[in-house]
Amino acid sequence: MSITKSDVEHVAKLARLELSDAEKEQFTEQLNAILKYAEQLDALNTEHVAPTSHAMPMVNVMREDVAAPSLPIDKVMLNAPDEEDGQFKVPAVLE
Amino acid sequence: MSLFDLNLLEIQAKLQGKELKVTDLVDQSFARIQDVEPKVRAFLTLDEENARAAAEQLDKQLASGGAASPIFGLPIGIKDNMVTEGLTTTCASKFLSNYNPIYDATVVSKLKAAHTVTIGKLNMDEFAMGGSNENSAFHPSYNPWNTEYVPGGSSGGSAAAVAAGEVYFALGSDTGGSIRQPAAYCGIVGLKPTYGLVSRYGLVAFASSLDQIGPLTKNVEDSAYLLQAIAGHDPKDSTSAQVDIPDYLKALTGDVKGLRIGVPKEYMGKGVDPAVKDKVLEALKVLESLGATWEEVTLPHSEYAVAAYYLLASSEASSNLARFDGIRYGVRSDNARNLLDVYNMSRSEGFGPEVKRRIMLGTYALSSGYYDAYYLKAQQVRTLIKQDFDQVFEKYDIIIGPTAPTPAFKIGEQSGDPLTMYLNDILTIPVSLAGIPAISVPCGFVGGLPVGLQMIGKALDEATLLRVAHAFEQHTDHHKQRPQL
Repeated sequence: MSITKSDVEHVAKLARLELSDAEKEQFTEQLNAILKYAEQLDALNTEHVAPTSHAMPMVNVMREDVAAPSLPIDKVMLNAPDEEDGQFKVPAVLE
Repeated sequence: MSLFDLNLLEIQAKLQGKELKVTDLVDQSFARIQDVEPKVRAFLTLDEENARAAAEQLDKQLASGGAASPIFGLPIGIKDNMVTEGLTTTCASKFLSNYNPIYDATVVSKLKAAHTVTIGKLNMDEFAMGGSNENSAFHPSYNPWNTEYVPGGSSGGSAAAVAAGEVYFALGSDTGGSIRQPAAYCGIVGLKPTYGLVSRYGLVAFASSLDQIGPLTKNVEDSAYLLQAIAGHDPKDSTSAQVDIPDYLKALTGDVKGLRIGVPKEYMGKGVDPAVKDKVLEALKVLESLGATWEEVTLPHSEYAVAAYYLLASSEASSNLARFDGIRYGVRSDNARNLLDVYNMSRSEGFGPEVKRRIMLGTYALSSGYYDAYYLKAQQVRTLIKQDFDQVFEKYDIIIGPTAPTPAFKIGEQSGDPLTMYLNDILTIPVSLAGIPAISVPCGFVGGLPVGLQMIGKALDEATLLRVAHAFEQHTDHHKQRPQL
């Protein structure tokens, strides 16, 4: 499998990244090199091997469903790039 | 002589005996920072005013009732991916250059409860992605042993600050080697605990199934004290282990008689600098002289670890870093005219090249049609790598090898080629995938640069690691060497 510039454009769109032409060229080349390196995994037969998503054995961790205070809104808003009346403000979603 | 050349017990005794004040220790930190920081550049943010105020407060406490913690009053540096209330936390990214956290990471709360003094926030590779600190969006840090060389990464600022004597000790985080490799390059002790031993609450997530916080210190005893202060279950991190935390100091008996050491042939062969290998063999002789035995073992899937790791870590990163959307915090692009612009432009302007590269790789590996070939395959290989360790630990108490295949490299030497850079982590990544603990301790010098010895333990058996590392340290003086700056 090898990645083309249009694959890179598609993935960038999924990742919400806007890449310059130079970045697209560079990432096409570098991602191909990395994925080619990763192809060595194909040498291993993993047909009957269970995947590990987590190194330590663990089942679902539950807690009582009890309401607890959230972070205070005025403090949360301290880091907001834009806000109004205690709400995050963004530009128009639809033009 | 630096106050930081005293060991922890000596410092605590002097504090109790009124021969030394916490303000003296904090003065020592800032005086040293004034002297050497222009050469080392380990810090992103200094918190001098608050640190001096905290020191005065602790001195009052000392005068009225004594020191309630074995690490009382010690100046500490925190890697800049752990949130600190009211103190800028950037992850060395432009995206978070204005981020002022409104809460403390659990490790930071625990350090406050143990009465350490936070001196500032330490440089790193952006979002902990990198092994040289060259990926910091602000400036690189420099190796105190030779400032033409990298300090390693991603916890490079943490390692450099400790090695340069700017702080007494530091916290770092390790996803694929980011505590152990910089500790090795800077000639100090770096411990990556078992996954889940230390809470990740307030650690900005890179790869959640791998990330772990740990201590960077000048010696093993300090590592045990700092681990003791930060380890333990945290209800705020449901992946933190629900286990009893042993007394790590009691483990430092100096006794390694009968210890069975496995030395993986994959860690001593191709790609490992022969001079580094010699230092490891010398270290094994020291342990043999103390009554341990070692044999060659095999971890047959080691060569696949780097490929599996970069697929898994990048996939997790692409998901974790989706939260940086320019809406709730961080730097929003001034050029955004609609909501999609806010996402696209803020992320593109805020992230550096390595971060973008890994988000791209991870997004690709998780995207429709490729998931089985890359992500699932890598998870299966992770199982094989974990089984390799399980098999060796059936017969051996500990695994020993080098931490990194070479000593530190020159700044700029590898920055053009991401794949070469990834291969520096070839000996630390398998441990991360298996979730087990490992410690890097100084074991000599090659060409004037420190070499790290990596000791790898069974899950949750930090006590054995610390015991063996401490015994080794008692019979060597590598950890007592200090760089001339």
